[in-house]
Amino acid sequence: MGKKVLLIEDEPNIIEAISFILKRDGWIVATHADGTTAIAAVERHAPNVVVLDVMLPGRSGYDVLQDLRSVDATRSLPVLMLTARGQTKDREMAERLGASRFMTKPFSNKEVLACIQELVQA
Amino acid sequence: MQPFNILIAVCLAYVMALFLIAFVADRQAKRGQLGWLRSPLVYTLSLSIYCTAWTFYGAVGYAARSGLEFVTIYLGPTLVMVGWWWILRKLVRIGRSQRITSIADLISSRYGKSNLLGVIVTLMAVIGTTPYIALQLQSVTLSFAVFAQETSSSGWGASDLNATALWVAAGLALFTVLFGTRNLDSNERHYGVVTAIAAEAVMKLFALIAVGVFVVWGVAGGAGDILTRIDASPIAGWDIKPGRWVSLTLLSAVAFLTLPRMFQVMVVENVDERHLATASWAFPLYLFLMSLFVVPIAVVGLDLLPAGSNPDLFVLTVPLSQGRDGLAIFSFLGGFSSATSMVIIAAIALSTMVSNHIVMPIWLSVSQQGATVSGDVRQVVLMARRISIALVLALGYAYFRLSGGGTALAAIGLISFVGVAQFLPALLGGIFWRGATKVGAAAGLLTGFVLWAFTLFLPSFGSSFILPASVLADGLFGINWLRPQGLFGVSGMDPLVHAIFWSLALNTIAFCVGSLASFPKPQERLQGAQFVNVFDHNPNSQGWFSGAAEAEDLLVMAQRILGPKQAQDLFAQAAERQGKAGFLPDTSPEFLQQLERELAGSVGAATGHAMIGQIVGGASVSVDDLMAVADETAQMMEYSSQLEEKSAELGRTARQLREVNEQLTDLSVQKDAFLSQISHELRTPMTSIRAFSEILRDGGMSGDEREKYATIIHDETLRLTRLLDNLLDLSVLENGQVELDLQPVELADVIERSVMRAGIEDGLNIQRDLLREKVTVFTDPDRLSQVFINLIANARKYCAAQAPELRIEVRVQGGSVEVDFKDNGAGIPIKSQAVIFEKFSRLGDHRAAGGAGLGLAISREIMNNLGGSITYLPGQSGAAFRVSLPIDATEVVRVNQS
Repeated sequence: MGKKVLLIEDEPNIIEAISFILKRDGWIVATHADGTTAIAAVERHAPNVVVLDVMLPGRSGYDVLQDLRSVDATRSLPVLMLTARGQTKDREMAERLGASRFMTKPFSNKEVLACIQELVQA
Repeated sequence: MQPFNILIAVCLAYVMALFLIAFVADRQAKRGQLGWLRSPLVYTLSLSIYCTAWTFYGAVGYAARSGLEFVTIYLGPTLVMVGWWWILRKLVRIGRSQRITSIADLISSRYGKSNLLGVIVTLMAVIGTTPYIALQLQSVTLSFAVFAQETSSSGWGASDLNATALWVAAGLALFTVLFGTRNLDSNERHYGVVTAIAAEAVMKLFALIAVGVFVVWGVAGGAGDILTRIDASPIAGWDIKPGRWVSLTLLSAVAFLTLPRMFQVMVVENVDERHLATASWAFPLYLFLMSLFVVPIAVVGLDLLPAGSNPDLFVLTVPLSQGRDGLAIFSFLGGFSSATSMVIIAAIALSTMVSNHIVMPIWLSVSQQGATVSGDVRQVVLMARRISIALVLALGYAYFRLSGGGTALAAIGLISFVGVAQFLPALLGGIFWRGATKVGAAAGLLTGFVLWAFTLFLPSFGSSFILPASVLADGLFGINWLRPQGLFGVSGMDPLVHAIFWSLALNTIAFCVGSLASFPKPQERLQGAQFVNVFDHNPNSQGWFSGAAEAEDLLVMAQRILGPKQAQDLFAQAAERQGKAGFLPDTSPEFLQQLERELAGSVGAATGHAMIGQIVGGASVSVDDLMAVADETAQMMEYSSQLEEKSAELGRTARQLREVNEQLTDLSVQKDAFLSQISHELRTPMTSIRAFSEILRDGGMSGDEREKYATIIHDETLRLTRLLDNLLDLSVLENGQVELDLQPVELADVIERSVMRAGIEDGLNIQRDLLREKVTVFTDPDRLSQVFINLIANARKYCAAQAPELRIEVRVQGGSVEVDFKDNGAGIPIKSQAVIFEKFSRLGDHRAAGGAGLGLAISREIMNNLGGSITYLPGQSGAAFRVSLPIDATEVVRVNQS
């Protein structure tokens, strides 16, 4: 294994929870809590998969995703989007901008884990 | 032969002669040989229907009962003829130029061709005239009875009287139908009838003079003897009551103008206006001759006949008592003439009104046909006339039977006079006052009619019929001032004078007030102008002359006003009706009138008239016409400005609707955003709770870890609860449903408590001026404290200075206190200052905030509820908020919450 996940999320308790689940499964977990510098973090960490929250301080997850999809290097990088707003239009927005998967909070730990595994294997 | 049989034979012969006269006159008129038919003499004699059987028999009775008062009945018409003939001339001129068919038609036509007024006048005329017709029947019957009693000892029973009245009524109906409705003349002139009436006038005058001559020179010893007898008789001793004299003279003058039958002979049957000039001296002369021997006959009658004999019949009974049967029969024929001529003309006049104003409108609306004049309609009109005549006479007969024939002749006549006198204000006002309106006329007529019926007509039936005795004695509903013969507390007045005074006075007042208070329609104004200014117009200006106008010119003008399509259709249809090829009709008077009506529909009556007048050239456009045009234009402009106003109003409404719609859309967007925010705020802690509870369930971790994760779950639960509390609090505050616990409290205490609760353990230095805080306010201390705590907590969370410091400053400003909270941090960026009081407007990193971003929104709502405010003070070195609250919140809060 040893694959790397970058978790871009600003809520400390949620970072703690997801990190715990992934580490328990053997993932290397990097975290980042700010929207403005998220692209740089992706470049720096070069993760196998990104877990991206929508509501970020400074810049929204959608903007970050749009930037990721506009660059060749990260165009096909698997991205799992998480949102606490859970409305249909949020899901549509995420799909249109090229999110690989989309999940609403609160989520089941198992599903998040399975989803991330699928994204890396695909 | 017995005198009664001779009487019957002579009577029949006389009637035959009358039929013959009428027949011949009608034939001559039809052939156009008018000749003597149109002489002023015939006109004057026809006016003599004013002298009915009432005058013929009744005047003597009147003189025997009340002395010289009977003269007033002749005085009134004489005054009108001599002094007011200009009123008559105006009436005649109007009647001819407007083709007036009756007094009802005149009043209806003057007030904008209002059929309502026509109906009112017709009904009043019928009700007012019926007793009068009954009176004639009664006089004829009584005179028959006199002869019958002379001849047969058994005398006449009531059934004989009634039968005679019925036969007389039927015969009169027959005559009137035969000569009054032979054909339908647009001028409503009946030469045959008028000629027969003139013959009857001669007969009654000669009969009365013959009796008079006999009495003076046959019974008494000549003129000198009569004068001494008069001096000796009770007639000379009668007091003259000035009130009654003036009232009666006025009344007979008015009745002379307003009696339907007088209107018929004077205006409708008039063939030449100049005849009035002759009549103005000849008719008073006739009246003088009629009245000359009244007093002598009365005096001699009182002398000769036994006490208790009916003075109303002296004209017959005096000759009879002297054995002069021939003279008596002559006298009978005079009375018979007086009665029949009145009934015939009254029946014609009333039937014209009834059929034109009541039967025809009903028939037209029932049969759903337009007013197209065809043979069919003429037949209907004639039939309506005939039925109306029969009805009028039947009514007269019915009244005769009802009233029992007991009342003195003169009394019934006066009741009728007062009834028709009610037309006067509407009539005179209509021809002399342009401001008179339909509303005024209707109000006056109805007022006068009701008062007449209540004060005079109904009481005349006696105290048991219709009006109970209690009403006569104690007034209507037992109200004393509503007594029929003592209205408004005026008592002791002669009942007749009382009725004349109240009915005419209130009638006139209602007429004037109604006219001044209402606004006439254009049609009414136009008619009014034509009536009042009848002498200023060409006598023929009503109808257009044909020929002068080119149809093409008219079409050009009509197209401009009606639109090309409609105007061409109108002209083509008219041409078709005239049987002309092409689309231009002859400019016949009928066509011009139709065109005028069409134009009037578009541009108003006055303008339509003036436009046609200009092209046809037959009528000059008078100043009054122009004034009317101006009036109409003003009205239209007013109407159009009203339209403009309406459209502006619609525009405003549309704008308001758009604004409201935008607000609603905004609200909807805000609601979506709010729900989205709440969803986020609820889901975030729940995400942590769910994730850690699953981790704990999975097991396999150290005790430390387990404790740490359980604590997180606990904290997140508290966070959720806090959020829900805040949301509910905000909802209550926003809806104004919050229950405030207002009480006097020292501001220092509130601040102290807030500082303690907000927690100062982490080094925020709070600066206060305790002296200034010594202000007692009347407010809800818990809610105020909630605001202060929030502000202090915010400073603690966001003030990023090295040595964080918060200054709390208190200042009293008039009726309110200002509390400023200023920290020494970076302050709030200008672009964010506008949104900090909105819900969920958490700025920056919310990990630092620890709340849901509802604090300032709640604070603002609390201050609103406390009647104060909270604002951000820009331009300070750090973040600065000002809380402003009234010293006494009671007043403000009550206003806000109501």
